[in-house]
Amino acid sequence: MNLAALPRILPGLRGSRALRWTHTRLGQLQRTFDKALPQAHCPLTAAFSTSSCVPRKKVMFPGALDSEYTHELRFASNVESIPTYQVMDTDGKVLDAANDPQVTEEEARKIYKNMHVLNVMDQIMYEAQRQGRISFYMTNFGEEALIGSAAALDPKDQVFGQYREAGVLLQRGFTIQQFMDQCYSNEKDLGKGRQMPIHYGTKELHFQTISSPLATQIPQAAGAAYAMRREGKKLCAMCYFGEGAASEGDFHAGLNMAATIGCPVIFFCRNNGYSISTPSIEQYRGDGIASRGIGYGIDTIRVDGNDIWAIYAATKAARKIAVEQNKPILIEAMTYRISHHSTSDDSSAYRSKKE
Amino acid sequence: MFIQMVTPLACQHRAAARQITRLAKRLYSSAAEINSFEPVRGMDLGVAHSKLLLRSVASVQASSELQSLGVADGDTKKMNMCQAINDAMRHALSADNTSVVFGEDVAFGGVFRCSVGLADEFGRERIFNTPLTEQGIAGFAIGMAAMGHTAIAEIQFADYIFPAFDQIVNEAAKYRYRSGNQFNVGGLTIRTPCSAVGHGALYHSQSPEAFFAHVPGLKVIMPRSPIQAKGLLLAAIRDPNPTIFFEPKILYRSAVEQVPVDDYMLPLSKAEILKPGKDVTVVGYGSQIYALENAIQMIERDMPGVTCELIDLRTILPYDAETVINSVNKTGRLVVAHEAPRTQGFAAELAAEIQERCFLRLESPVQRVCGLFVPHPLVFERFYMPCAVRTYEAIKNSLSY
Repeated sequence: MNLAALPRILPGLRGSRALRWTHTRLGQLQRTFDKALPQAHCPLTAAFSTSSCVPRKKVMFPGALDSEYTHELRFASNVESIPTYQVMDTDGKVLDAANDPQVTEEEARKIYKNMHVLNVMDQIMYEAQRQGRISFYMTNFGEEALIGSAAALDPKDQVFGQYREAGVLLQRGFTIQQFMDQCYSNEKDLGKGRQMPIHYGTKELHFQTISSPLATQIPQAAGAAYAMRREGKKLCAMCYFGEGAASEGDFHAGLNMAATIGCPVIFFCRNNGYSISTPSIEQYRGDGIASRGIGYGIDTIRVDGNDIWAIYAATKAARKIAVEQNKPILIEAMTYRISHHSTSDDSSAYRSKKE
Repeated sequence: MFIQMVTPLACQHRAAARQITRLAKRLYSSAAEINSFEPVRGMDLGVAHSKLLLRSVASVQASSELQSLGVADGDTKKMNMCQAINDAMRHALSADNTSVVFGEDVAFGGVFRCSVGLADEFGRERIFNTPLTEQGIAGFAIGMAAMGHTAIAEIQFADYIFPAFDQIVNEAAKYRYRSGNQFNVGGLTIRTPCSAVGHGALYHSQSPEAFFAHVPGLKVIMPRSPIQAKGLLLAAIRDPNPTIFFEPKILYRSAVEQVPVDDYMLPLSKAEILKPGKDVTVVGYGSQIYALENAIQMIERDMPGVTCELIDLRTILPYDAETVINSVNKTGRLVVAHEAPRTQGFAAELAAEIQERCFLRLESPVQRVCGLFVPHPLVFERFYMPCAVRTYEAIKNSLSY
């Protein structure tokens, strides 16, 4: 196919600056097509006749250069679900020695302690809200293993959270006092008392202030990652969100932009099965959030969200790829929201105690 | 060819010939062209004949504002508004290594050619295309600005800014406040072509400044000319607040001035008195300024002795209320005009503020001349627009109350 014939067929391109650009693009496409099918050099007009050309295997449209022609009328659909990476069994024993996390005992103790502190703090603060001491609170029961992802990051990696990432803050060094300052909106609150409780933010620990609108942080994380790429400091952005927020348009926009522009960002989806009262079966019909990443051309992994070493290993590997290759990674952590959505929610209204 | 055919045939009937040639010439609708109604009477209308544009080096040197900035006596170059905006971005990109320009189709030069040559000069890492997603563009820009970089994002038409509304209003505008000043997106500037172009219809003609003027934490700017566009855009890019820069697209090619080639910034939140007067204050911004100029010319021709004071707001949020108040205290009458629809348009805010601050001084109710409260039509645009004739009527009403 001789793409240089194109301007003759589309005379509107003649005599404009666009023509130069088009010629360059046509040259690029020509070289790509030649690589795909070196033996076919038919004029454009003959491209649609089957007799004068060698039958081609690959589709020649710029939108999908790797697609092969098929003569079977078949709709593609999910054949198998993306597997879930797991390091430990339910007793906490590492199943495959090759997956051993290689952390020091000191690090492991710190992580373990933070998981406990998070759990206890949540219990106390939930009660504090019920007693009228603070106006609102969100607990993290069931998702404490998220701390593993924070342990795998560089302390200067910029974190964009949603609202259930207090464990990340703990791991980074946010003190109990600072948590209280924000929840009680006292004069020491770094946010100056302007937001509802649990909307933490700390410049010192590179944790962007939480905002209530969901998924807005996703394209922001892509932009921040691009800024870090331009600075050349080998840092990445870490973006947390739930499977419900992944239904927002911002998710689509953010992942698509990160993939096309090339941003070192880790998109971490906490799939805990619920968005307030909406179970995941009502949130999406595809194979979780992980299947979407592949649709954007993003390397994706699904992990057991209750397996801290799986999260740790996946985040560590994702960070390496993101920083070295300047591209995004999607991690979907499968877990379960044991707690109510927040203190304004009573989940017994939509799920049984047995569940 | 058509004109040459028609004119010889009708040459015996001069009046008819003039009418037919005028009709024959009018092959495209144009926002600036008006039929020969009574108030116009052969007056030359529109940007092409405006005396407000500084087309000569002498007029640039005579500008007191440019003198105070130290660029009035320097080199100038004849530029239209899109070239001036291109020049402003070039200065910003040269001076600030963290600045980037991105949006749909900006890499090859942009659909309005505002970013021509930038990718060749500064590279595709700094001037790049994004996928077709305004909410993504705005969010990405916020993320870059949150890291202290200068993000100059382009939204291809202001009519398409609404998917980005959540990011702009809920995130950008509130970023500094909600974080207790730990984080901010001051480096964010969103540029977008706006306003009527004659054939844009509903989705290529909107002026949505009023939606954003309602948001604490944003700055909203609309220039009227190339010199204004360059200085205000540089000021907007360097202002430590998220800024939306509306560019009236009809002025991209039609407004031509001798623009100083140096780097200069015009003051934000400072209105400019374009023409002093004692009888009525007329306030507008963007491309509407030229309709107001014509209306004032018609008034001063028909009512000798009456002088109108023309004010260009330049910055819509935060707006320079003081200049308008001082003017209304002098004249006692106010007419505000904008292309956006009347109800809840920006004129409503100005009218409410002025009536509160100048109530006893006002001699007549504040007049608002705005687009009709309908979606922006195509063939009916001439009825929709707050043209010079409609403004003329409003000024007359104000003066004869």
